[in-house]
Amino acid sequence: MSLAARNVTLSYDGRPVLRELDLSIMDSQVTAVIGPNGCGKSTLLRALGRLLRPDSGRVVLDGHDIDRLPTRQVARRLGLLPQAPVAPAGMTVRDLVGRGRNPHLSFLRGFTATDTAAVADALARVGLADLADRPVDELSGGQRQRAWIAMVLAQQTDLLLLDEPTTYLDLTHQLEVLDLVAALHADAGRTVLMVLHDLNLAARYAGHLVLVRDGQVHAAGPPAQVLTTDTIAQVFGLRATILTDPHTGGPLVVPDTRQHRGES
Amino acid sequence: MTAHATRTDRPSARTAGRRRRVRPAAVLAVVLLGALAVGVVALTVGDFPLSVPRVLAVLVGRGDGATRLIVLELRAPRVLVGLLAGAGLALAGALTQTVVRNPLASPDVLGVTSGASLGAVAAIVGGGGTYEVSDALLRAGVPLCAAVGGLAAATLVVGLSWRRGLAPTRLVLVGVGLASAVTALTSWLLVVAKVNDATTASVWLAGSVSSRGWAQAVPLAIALAVLVPAGLALARPLSVLELGDEVAAGLGLRVRATAFAAAAVAVCLTAAAVSAAGAIGFVGLVVPQIMLRLAGTTRPPLAASAAGGALLVGGADLAERLLFSWEVPVGLATAALGAPYLIWLLIRQRRTA
Repeated sequence: MSLAARNVTLSYDGRPVLRELDLSIMDSQVTAVIGPNGCGKSTLLRALGRLLRPDSGRVVLDGHDIDRLPTRQVARRLGLLPQAPVAPAGMTVRDLVGRGRNPHLSFLRGFTATDTAAVADALARVGLADLADRPVDELSGGQRQRAWIAMVLAQQTDLLLLDEPTTYLDLTHQLEVLDLVAALHADAGRTVLMVLHDLNLAARYAGHLVLVRDGQVHAAGPPAQVLTTDTIAQVFGLRATILTDPHTGGPLVVPDTRQHRGES
Repeated sequence: MTAHATRTDRPSARTAGRRRRVRPAAVLAVVLLGALAVGVVALTVGDFPLSVPRVLAVLVGRGDGATRLIVLELRAPRVLVGLLAGAGLALAGALTQTVVRNPLASPDVLGVTSGASLGAVAAIVGGGGTYEVSDALLRAGVPLCAAVGGLAAATLVVGLSWRRGLAPTRLVLVGVGLASAVTALTSWLLVVAKVNDATTASVWLAGSVSSRGWAQAVPLAIALAVLVPAGLALARPLSVLELGDEVAAGLGLRVRATAFAAAAVAVCLTAAAVSAAGAIGFVGLVVPQIMLRLAGTTRPPLAASAAGGALLVGGADLAERLLFSWEVPVGLATAALGAPYLIWLLIRQRRTA
């Protein structure tokens, strides 16, 4: 599995969001894309998931230009979860997860035992087997997000792209979702690329960070290399102290207070 | 009332799950049988009442000459036009509502009905008034002009609102705007028309299946033989599309192609139905929403909507023929049923929102 952006430029309503961006996704790694609001991190993920077509440059999936591959074939290799998706009112978890089988179905090939098994497997993996017949809109925020992840898992792809999977969730539910992502990586060696807002959660759950600034990759590498006093100052315009996370030994970003920033 | 509905809809998670899978099929079967029954009973009603067994005998190729003439030549086309037009309009509505993701959308929003109305009224007024056109030519001309008008208006609406895909809000706004402009033209035609033509046109605008012959029934049947399977084949793609454009694209759906195909089938279905039976209102709006609630699905069920449309229009026509001794346009009954429902839907939606 390989996914890469090659010299990608992409504009939104005439405003360039990604500028000649190059990035290769690390195989069998959890990568988090971080950066300030409007830096283009979501756009980058959507371009990699062929939801947006670059103005110039290419997105390459397993050696092929992603825009030239049939969309169904892309969907068999790459699972994609947009930000804050909404399930139709009353749709059950099982029905939602079943939709994940779409890339494997066709006009001639309907839902078979293989698909039912894939759905059951995905439900078990996210721990929602018991709630399979509940409507999605009756679940808690964390359960709901796990249901959506199960849908992407039912696609049975090696690569998962998640756009801010923790948006609108409280801390407990954020950890619940990210623990699931970590387990998916640990169990099946899946490659995961996700956009995250919280630097400390990104450092804790991703083996590799991509820091985006003004539509370009500012820094990429292991968390301890990417999250430094210098990069935080350059990208976020913040003075911060980097401590050591007592649980993981990784970096922990602590922004300075206003007095310490010298803005009083 | 809302709380009660929620409780009965979801008694317990497990049984609800099973019921969700069985209910749509059961609803489809019942409504389909209902539509067939209405069709058979409608064949018995008229100046010469016939028994159900005699009608069934004719349908399997037996019966005497007079009975055959009454059933097959006089009554069958009318009944068939009612059933098929209803099915076409309701299926078009189900497709439109799913693509636009709005329960208040109907094929009318796509401009088809108003465009077809303008075409038909122009044919009736222009044909009947200014020139001495033979009745047969007028009859062949009106459905054709309606179909052309409907397709032209829909092309305009979809074309004007297309922006890197079918943008639902734009579509509805453009559709409503164009419909008022086109309806104004139609009204103007009615004002300047001769009284006889204006009456004929008004009956057409209300939607009527009276005195329909095989000349209307056959083209409609052919159109539906192609369009209904095409519409039903969109069931799986639409079940993915209802998750939203981005999720659907992630699941390997060709989002724009699917939306365009569904809109195109809906437009053609409506044009075919309206050109045969006139502008029967509210069927495309109401039936998919009723079927959605009966079947307990997350989006209007396609096949059940088609069956429900046949039942509503066929049933409305039958009821009017049983209740009144004079001809009442069937569109009036469907509208009388549809308008209160629309208001109820609006009030209920505002309460839950």
